[in-house]
Amino acid sequence: MAMNYNAKDEVDGGPQCPPGGTAKNRRPDNTAFKQQRLPAWQPILTAGTVLPTFFIIGLIFIPIGIGIFVTSNNIREIEGNVFMYYGLSNFYQNHRRYVKSRDDSQLNGDSSALLNPSKECEPYRRNEDKPIAPCGAIANSMFNDTLELFLVGNESYPTPITLKKKGIAWWTDKNVKFRNPSGGESLKERFKGTTKPVNWVKPVYMLDSEPDNNGFINEDFIVWMRTAALPTFRKLYRLIERKSDLHPTLPAGRYYLNITYNYPVHSFDGRKRMILSTISWMGGKNPFLGIAYIAIGSISFLLGVVLLVINHKYRNSSNTADITI
Amino acid sequence: MEREPAAAEEPGSPGRRRRRRRRGDGRTRVVRSNLLPPPGVEDPAARATKGARRRRRGGAQHLADNRLKTTKYTLLSFLPKNLFEQFHRLANVYFVFIALLNFVPAVNAFQPGLALAPVLFILAVTAFKDLWEDYSRHRSDHEINHLGCLVFSREEKQYVNRFWKEIRVGDFVRLRCNEIIPADILLLSSSDPDGLCHIETANLDGETNLKRRQVVRGFSELVSEFNPVTFTSIIECEKPNNDLTRFRGCMIHDNGRKAGLYKENLLLRGCTIRNTEAVVGIVIYAGHETKALLNNSGPRYKRSQLERQMNCDVLWCVLLLICMSLFSAVGHGLWVRRYQEKKSLFDVPESDGSSLSPVTAAVYSFLTMIIVLQVLIPISLYVSIEIVKVCQVYFIHQDTELYDEETDSQLQCRALNITEDLGQIQYIFSDKTGTLTENKMVFRRCTVSGIEYSHDANAQRLARYQEADSEEEEAVPRGGSLPQRGSVGSHQSVRVMHRSQSTKSHRRTGSRAEAKRASMLSKHTAFSSPMEKDITPDPKLFEKVSECDRCLAVSRHQEHPLAHLSPELSDVFDFFIALTICNTVVVTSPDQPRQKVRVRFEVKSPVKTIEDFLRRFSPSRLTSGCSSIGNLATSKATHKSGSNFLSTLPNDSTLFKLEERLGQPAAAIASNGYSSGAASWAPEHTAQEQKLELEQEQERELRYEAESPDEAALVYAARAYNCALVDRLHDQVSVELPHLGRLTFELLHTLGFDSIRKRMSVVIRHPLTDEINVYTKGADSVVMDLLLPCSSDDARGRHQKKIRSKTQNYLNLYAVEGLRTLCIAKRVLSEEEYACWLQSHLEAESSLDNREELLFQSAIRLETNLHLLGATGIEDRLQDGVPETIAKLRQAGLQIWVLTGDKQETAINIAYACKLLDHDEEVITLNAESQEACASLLDQCLHYVQSRIPCSTPEKTAGNVSVGFSPLCPPSTSTTSGPSLSLVIDGRSLAYALEKNLEDKFLFLAKQCRSVLCCRSTPLQKSMVVKLVRSKLKAMTLAIGDGANDVSMIQVADVGVGISGQEGMQAVMASDFAVPRFRYLERLLIVHGHWCYSRLANMVLYFFYKNTMFVGLLFWFQFYCGFSASAMIDQWYLIFFNLLFSSLPQLVTGVLDKDVPAEVLLTEPQLYKSGQNMEEYRPRTFWLNMADAAFQSLVCFFIPYLAYYDSDTDVFTWGTPITAIALFTFLLHLGIETKTWTWLNWIACGFSILLFFTVALIYNASCATCYPPSNSYWTMQTLLGDPVFYLTCLIAPVAALLPRLFFKAVQGSLFPTQLQQGRQLAKRPPKKLIAPKENFAQGHPPEEPRTESSEQKSISTSGPLSQDCTSQASWHIQQPACSPEASGEPSMVDMNVPLREDILLEGLSSQAPGSSMPREPILEGCPGDSKMKSTHTSRAAPLSSIFNLPNFSSLNWISSLSLVSGLGSVLQFSRSSLQMDKQDSEFLPSPPQPDQDLCGLSRQTTDYF
Repeated sequence: MAMNYNAKDEVDGGPQCPPGGTAKNRRPDNTAFKQQRLPAWQPILTAGTVLPTFFIIGLIFIPIGIGIFVTSNNIREIEGNVFMYYGLSNFYQNHRRYVKSRDDSQLNGDSSALLNPSKECEPYRRNEDKPIAPCGAIANSMFNDTLELFLVGNESYPTPITLKKKGIAWWTDKNVKFRNPSGGESLKERFKGTTKPVNWVKPVYMLDSEPDNNGFINEDFIVWMRTAALPTFRKLYRLIERKSDLHPTLPAGRYYLNITYNYPVHSFDGRKRMILSTISWMGGKNPFLGIAYIAIGSISFLLGVVLLVINHKYRNSSNTADITI
Repeated sequence: MEREPAAAEEPGSPGRRRRRRRRGDGRTRVVRSNLLPPPGVEDPAARATKGARRRRRGGAQHLADNRLKTTKYTLLSFLPKNLFEQFHRLANVYFVFIALLNFVPAVNAFQPGLALAPVLFILAVTAFKDLWEDYSRHRSDHEINHLGCLVFSREEKQYVNRFWKEIRVGDFVRLRCNEIIPADILLLSSSDPDGLCHIETANLDGETNLKRRQVVRGFSELVSEFNPVTFTSIIECEKPNNDLTRFRGCMIHDNGRKAGLYKENLLLRGCTIRNTEAVVGIVIYAGHETKALLNNSGPRYKRSQLERQMNCDVLWCVLLLICMSLFSAVGHGLWVRRYQEKKSLFDVPESDGSSLSPVTAAVYSFLTMIIVLQVLIPISLYVSIEIVKVCQVYFIHQDTELYDEETDSQLQCRALNITEDLGQIQYIFSDKTGTLTENKMVFRRCTVSGIEYSHDANAQRLARYQEADSEEEEAVPRGGSLPQRGSVGSHQSVRVMHRSQSTKSHRRTGSRAEAKRASMLSKHTAFSSPMEKDITPDPKLFEKVSECDRCLAVSRHQEHPLAHLSPELSDVFDFFIALTICNTVVVTSPDQPRQKVRVRFEVKSPVKTIEDFLRRFSPSRLTSGCSSIGNLATSKATHKSGSNFLSTLPNDSTLFKLEERLGQPAAAIASNGYSSGAASWAPEHTAQEQKLELEQEQERELRYEAESPDEAALVYAARAYNCALVDRLHDQVSVELPHLGRLTFELLHTLGFDSIRKRMSVVIRHPLTDEINVYTKGADSVVMDLLLPCSSDDARGRHQKKIRSKTQNYLNLYAVEGLRTLCIAKRVLSEEEYACWLQSHLEAESSLDNREELLFQSAIRLETNLHLLGATGIEDRLQDGVPETIAKLRQAGLQIWVLTGDKQETAINIAYACKLLDHDEEVITLNAESQEACASLLDQCLHYVQSRIPCSTPEKTAGNVSVGFSPLCPPSTSTTSGPSLSLVIDGRSLAYALEKNLEDKFLFLAKQCRSVLCCRSTPLQKSMVVKLVRSKLKAMTLAIGDGANDVSMIQVADVGVGISGQEGMQAVMASDFAVPRFRYLERLLIVHGHWCYSRLANMVLYFFYKNTMFVGLLFWFQFYCGFSASAMIDQWYLIFFNLLFSSLPQLVTGVLDKDVPAEVLLTEPQLYKSGQNMEEYRPRTFWLNMADAAFQSLVCFFIPYLAYYDSDTDVFTWGTPITAIALFTFLLHLGIETKTWTWLNWIACGFSILLFFTVALIYNASCATCYPPSNSYWTMQTLLGDPVFYLTCLIAPVAALLPRLFFKAVQGSLFPTQLQQGRQLAKRPPKKLIAPKENFAQGHPPEEPRTESSEQKSISTSGPLSQDCTSQASWHIQQPACSPEASGEPSMVDMNVPLREDILLEGLSSQAPGSSMPREPILEGCPGDSKMKSTHTSRAAPLSSIFNLPNFSSLNWISSLSLVSGLGSVLQFSRSSLQMDKQDSEFLPSPPQPDQDLCGLSRQTTDYF
């Protein structure tokens, strides 16, 4: 009731009664801001005003699109470093419960999290009363096929292509985000008290022979842990480095792919693929962006023409006073 | 009495709490002096009541002290209490619920703590705002509480200075002049010898006049100074209540005697003591129990229409959210069933290893989806709207165009949350007096004893004020009164001139400078601009008054002095005596204690003395200066050179000297102004005396402070006739006459004015005759009925009758001129009659309960058998710019109804003056005496209106028949607007029409009319009309008024506007907006209303778009993540996106965007219609907006999807570009929607982008493991090195917005809305502004095929298109038939409205046979017309029914009958018609119905008559 009683009014004589003669003037300041007269750009959207925008969009987008398209199509040439991917389809790595099922602290080498992983890892948190390292569904479902590439030359025996294991993960992942637990001489000791994920054949400290690519900082593992955005995805598997400028990295010829088949995808109608690709300045081969740019640019251009017609016709047919720009 | 602790400790709403508690104990409050010794040492006298007092003491705990505490919170209670209040808002509960849902592990989508963040943020912002408000309240409370005043101290036995907060009930307070009253105090002693005290209540109700308060009966007789120690009486009074006009109680003295206490004894908190040196009183109510505080209900909270619609759309969003979640849930259930049995690698079982059943999974998914998609219900929407509204209110406040220089006040927004309603108003209900008019009363003319005095010079003077606008300030008041002499001979010419001016002259209210000065004075002396004060007397009347004066002066010592006068002169004399004394005007003059006191207390006075001093003192000096000059000029007008000379004198001190020097000659001329010569002077008056008298008069420069402006006007008028009120005391009134000198009337009683009696009376003892006289002044309708019935037998009676009828005629004339009329009457009481009446009156006065009723009865007994003296006409001038404003508002499509308590004639004339009624339009007058008559009249009018639709021609002639000949040649505007109908209805008919069974018909009729005028309506009726329109027509209503009688209507309307005028603050207190003048309504509605609406509508739409689009992105993703309620957008972005990244630009646009500049809005008021038709925000635009949002989200989702398809990107590296794309899209979308780009918009957009990337970069670099599950470490950094990121960010927003931009452009070119045209107008050079107006009004050239365009509708409603052609055609058919008559007498009736009835009768008799003549050709024309019409109107009432029914003849018959018999009903069709609004016809479901009804009804009415 009396809550909002403005006590000031009582003394000043209410809002209605001006206090004092000319000394206190209630006239508001005559500034551009307070009077809402700030200088302003006032575009009016009509065919005439907008059509330049459409033409400009068209003129910019179409060349960009052509550029991208050409770049993307050039990727076919197996020159420079070749990237070897494995691809999975119908694999829902972005499933909510799947994405959550990991413990970043454990992967970062935190010793307490190592032995007592996060609850998020359930039901892949503990196995036979031992904490699982690395815990969680993501780690548990890690891709474990082995791919080997051979060049079948003129001779009868194939030459294996050198596949580089390192350098396939983000630098920050390998050096900041993922760390092996500290302490202990050997990696095995550091992972003492933990057990391997249920689906794994080998424990985490036996993923690779090289010590800087073993344990949590194994790059295959790191790559796997970066959960894919969409059900159809590829992940970088190996690098094939170019040896010399003269020869192509992968010369033309017959190749032979040796797959050690471990990973079951049939059960969920999944498919596995192996992709060899070079990348350009804009990443792997994807014609979409180029086409999209060309398409949007053309549409924009067309719409611009439509607007031009409208502008022209309307200006002629009705009084010109109404459409001034 | 103990200091009760309750008030101090209890925060919050002490008022409410106490009131609840109070209900338990009795209905009265007992107050005792605090100075009485505590119970232990009681004196024996009081011991008797000891027990009773104990009880009282127990019950007295609740008495509030005077500490003001308006704060809601204390430090401790703030958090819980504020949270509690915030959770009253449903949205907050919802968001907290969602946030808490996150704590359930099975369904959580975000980190639980993070999910709480936005809710907490919103709550914190609101809490901070509340805290700040509370703190400022606390500060002002503190300031008030520490004001000082004198309180009697028991210990020191004298008055000591205390703080206000220390005052308690039962304390004795001593107040001095100009001090503010700290609590409700019972007046016990006053320095005034009569025990009076004057207070100014401006702080309380805004009324600037002084009110008189009286010492409690029994205390005024005290000889010595009042000593509080000796006060032992007990006061019993009502419990605290908020009725300012009522206070009852009694004082029980020690000896058991009782004395009644009334509101005249109570000094109210917040008022100021004036004119009284010092008063002492005992505190009755303190602090929050004072009437002032109980009356203050603070700002109101209304919900705007837009907000209601928005809430409805929020519910749609909720539905959409549920649908999306359900869809997702089902999808997820199916997905789980499909992949579970296959033991997919990515399927995560329950924590115990068991697999999740599809149903459970679906339920979990549903809940999680609700959390993830919660953004769809915009959490920040409510906060943003509040912010935007506060800013809008700020800008409205800051508008200099709404600042009134004259009163130094600007518009006040009292309701913060309905600004956008201002842009959607459809109906305006306006009060007349004080709203359309100034409520500054100027005496215009009078009639005495049946003779009219037209006061032409006065009219000239007033006209001069209007013209003198540009003239120099100094010259105005004097210049007007000088040339009065010349006008005597040229009566007629002046009259004609005035008449022709009458409408035009209302526009200006006097020169600006003068008005400014008046406003400066108004704080101090109300109603006293020179315009109102300097009345130029009518020479003939002046002569008569002087003659009376002289005669009486000669015969004053004889037995019956009045008997020597002729009856007419006696009436004249009584008339002026009545004008002078029959009022409550307080006379103040500089020699009263006011100034002395002020000087004395200047230093000590606690309240900002210097300021107060300056404020009150300097204007008063100015008043005295100019009004004394004015006086001189009036009374000494003959001395032309002298007054001219005087006028140049700078101030009054020199004036005095000059006066002395001029001495005798000046005085002689002055007092003899109009008499034949100095010879007839009263012998005893020597020149010496004259001079003395004059000097006295000069010294006693008089100022009249009246309760109503009418009163002051009359007193000033009387003074112009040298019959000056010089003194008014409690029991006597003194009148100064030039020859008679000072006459002192013993004032026996004053029966104050009230709105039920509509009159006031004074009972006096006449000093000349020693008779007891009653002078009554009141509304003519009332007073005429109270006159002594005069027999027609004797000559006197016949003479009286003649006088009465003459007076009545003049009264009608005055009313026609728009003057307010008052009748003055007199009654002579014999001693016995008086004694008899007195006894009953005293009984009534002293009765404790039912006092008002008894006093009313008593007054009625006194005010009978009156003798009519005369009547006055007072002009209430139109406010500045009213006609222009009304015209503009009309153009803006607003219907304006005037609801006034005034009489019909006055109201109609004011309506014509302010162009509310037009002479080209037809006026339907509805005056019914009974329910049945009202019903039948309504039916006839309805039928008439109906029949206008198919063929307007025959009705035109019918209209002509009944009233006269309107100009039939259609004005050029008729093609666009056409002459339309107006409805005038009086209070009684309104009461019938508002009955349940008639209200629909009434409303339908009213809807057809361009303007509606309700006269003689009560406050309740006003609010009922508003309510009816609001509820039945579902229209947005605005009520504007200035007085207490408008409060109910202001409260009922969607938007209430109060005029902070002269009639107090009640209207303002009840209003949502307070404007200083009516004309500011134009800018308030057309500019600010439109802006507020368009800004808010666009912002709300944008909000919905934004959230839907954002949620759409998440929803499409569900198709690719197994409907698992996963989100590719990082939870941080999800939660803060709305709140931080994208909020600022839309706020800036919402506050600053101007779709059309103010100048264009003002020149093209039609643009306002977009708000009325809710063009910006209606369901269709909402859903279009949602569809666009869905489309845009599709584009923004699938472009990144395809761009990253089958790549090695991870969830959040993919989601971050999508977030960025969304942000860019939002900003670009806003860019398309923004109409004005100021630097603030640019900065806001830049800031948004910058903030997003900064936050993203910092967040992505801050912690490698902290934010599971997204953990987007280094994502943004990586993305910034990826060209695809830039490429998608470029193409997606462009692709998403191309269609919108394209359609906007096409629409802007091909089918521009009026608003767009308005904007184009603004860009054009000003010269061309006029040219496209036609284009505006007519919409588009008709040959354009545009049936399919959506904008067409809005255009065609603005100007009737299709009907124009046909109605035009009918015009041409009809014109030749009637034009000869039309050209003959264009608008005779309007000029002589009093003769209207006669003409009506003549017209009826003469035209009845010939009326078919002009109708015949039209009959031929009509079928053709109807064929034309029938092609496109299905609602066309069957023509046959019109012609079959003899409705017009019967109608005429009815009206003629009623006119002759004087009872029954009057129906006047005065003007011809053309066409009516198209959409209106949809109101009645089946148009032919009324016709059929009418068939029966007209028969009924025929029977009835």
